[in-house]
Amino acid sequence: MIQVKGLHKKFGSLEVLRGIDCSVAPREVVCIIGPSGSGKSTLLRCVNQLEKANEGQIFIDGVEVTSPKVDINKIRQKVGMVFQHFNLFPHKTTLENVTLAPSKIKGIKQHEARELGMELLTKVGLVDKADVYPANLSGGQKQRVAIARALAMQPKIMLFDEPTSALDPEMVGEVLAVMKDLALEGMTMMVVTHEMGFAREVGDRVIFMDEGIILEEGLPNNIFSNPQNIRTQSFLSKVL
Amino acid sequence: MSIELIQAVFGINFIENITQIKGFQVVWESLPYFLKGGIVTLEVTALSVAMGMVLGLFAGLFKLSKSKIIYAIATIYIDFFRGTPLFVQILLLYFGILPFIGIQDPFSSAVIACGLNSGAYIGEIVRAGIQAVDRGQMEAARSLGMSHQLAMVYVILPQAYKIVIPPLINEFIALLKDTSLVSIIAVSEMTYRGNLVYANTYQAAWVWGSIAILYFIITKTLSIFGDYVERRLATE
Repeated sequence: MIQVKGLHKKFGSLEVLRGIDCSVAPREVVCIIGPSGSGKSTLLRCVNQLEKANEGQIFIDGVEVTSPKVDINKIRQKVGMVFQHFNLFPHKTTLENVTLAPSKIKGIKQHEARELGMELLTKVGLVDKADVYPANLSGGQKQRVAIARALAMQPKIMLFDEPTSALDPEMVGEVLAVMKDLALEGMTMMVVTHEMGFAREVGDRVIFMDEGIILEEGLPNNIFSNPQNIRTQSFLSKVL
Repeated sequence: MSIELIQAVFGINFIENITQIKGFQVVWESLPYFLKGGIVTLEVTALSVAMGMVLGLFAGLFKLSKSKIIYAIATIYIDFFRGTPLFVQILLLYFGILPFIGIQDPFSSAVIACGLNSGAYIGEIVRAGIQAVDRGQMEAARSLGMSHQLAMVYVILPQAYKIVIPPLINEFIALLKDTSLVSIIAVSEMTYRGNLVYANTYQAAWVWGSIAILYFIITKTLSIFGDYVERRLATE
């Protein structure tokens, strides 16, 4: 579903990604872990082209998204993204946040959009907050709305960029629960996270990155119980 | 209002004294004439601001364009109108440029000159307003598959407008005062009328003092309105 080949990304003279090769199969949940500054988020942002790679190719569903000819808006409709800082639209209600993209891009009718929005808000347990503005939601609720918003375009893939890192500890669980449900439904997911419990329980595969390269990848149990690389070992000993 | 009525309100002695001053009589008699000029001032300002907002929106958006040509057009426009005096722009347009495209009337020329000038300032306000919206907003909208234009219209501009309103009101007030410069091309606004009355009476302190007070009343009203709008936006 996603193939990344020889990806390099520089910010000025700083090389953040130094040759990444990886892939995600349909219905697979891949968790990317690693110390901060290792390039995890940049990799994720390259997948939906929020960052342009300097070198290398990325294919989504067989289409090369790194090609200059690609209609990136079409591709992005198939790839939902959830951000660390939610990035909800503050001038729109919860429901409008969810329905904005389908109504403006697909042009679906107002009552259909409303139905879709309510359905998704029910799914994330926030149907009673439909007419509330983001400023009046807790962090956990904001992130659940952001997930509903990303699902509104009916994507085939979901990217999560540290979705729980900006949350108070007591709100992490509700967001992870929604993500777990999504995984169980068979959504293809790429999750950059510091939640090792989630990676171990929900992830089909774990990728460990450091300094812009993938150092180790494999089944969660193998990575967490028996890491091979010395840097994986030292990272895990600090966070577990 | 008759002088007798004013005497009744303020007390006969004070009023008798002041109403015998020549300058007061001049101002009193000219007041309706000045107020009609105030309407012209407001008309020139309102039309210029309307034109300036349209130009400024595009100038601000163009200034953020990735296209070098579009960026250059906006930059040249903004730099020229912010970098030269409005007074000179009025003279240049009225005598030097507009007659050749068939515009000769002073009022239209005044609106065009002030509109072009305020468009440049509003352009910078719009640019700053758009840039003040969190980058994550554009990213979120784009990540959903919205085009740059859709994201601009439905996500960025509705948020930028709140940031832009207080400086816009300041720009209105500044422009209102600056419209006094169009008196040079015989637009019959407040300053022009003040000048005519002064030339006939030589009552400089009374005439220009009352014109200044009239400007002050208008700008103060606008800024009170501006404070009110700002408070409304803050609580929203």
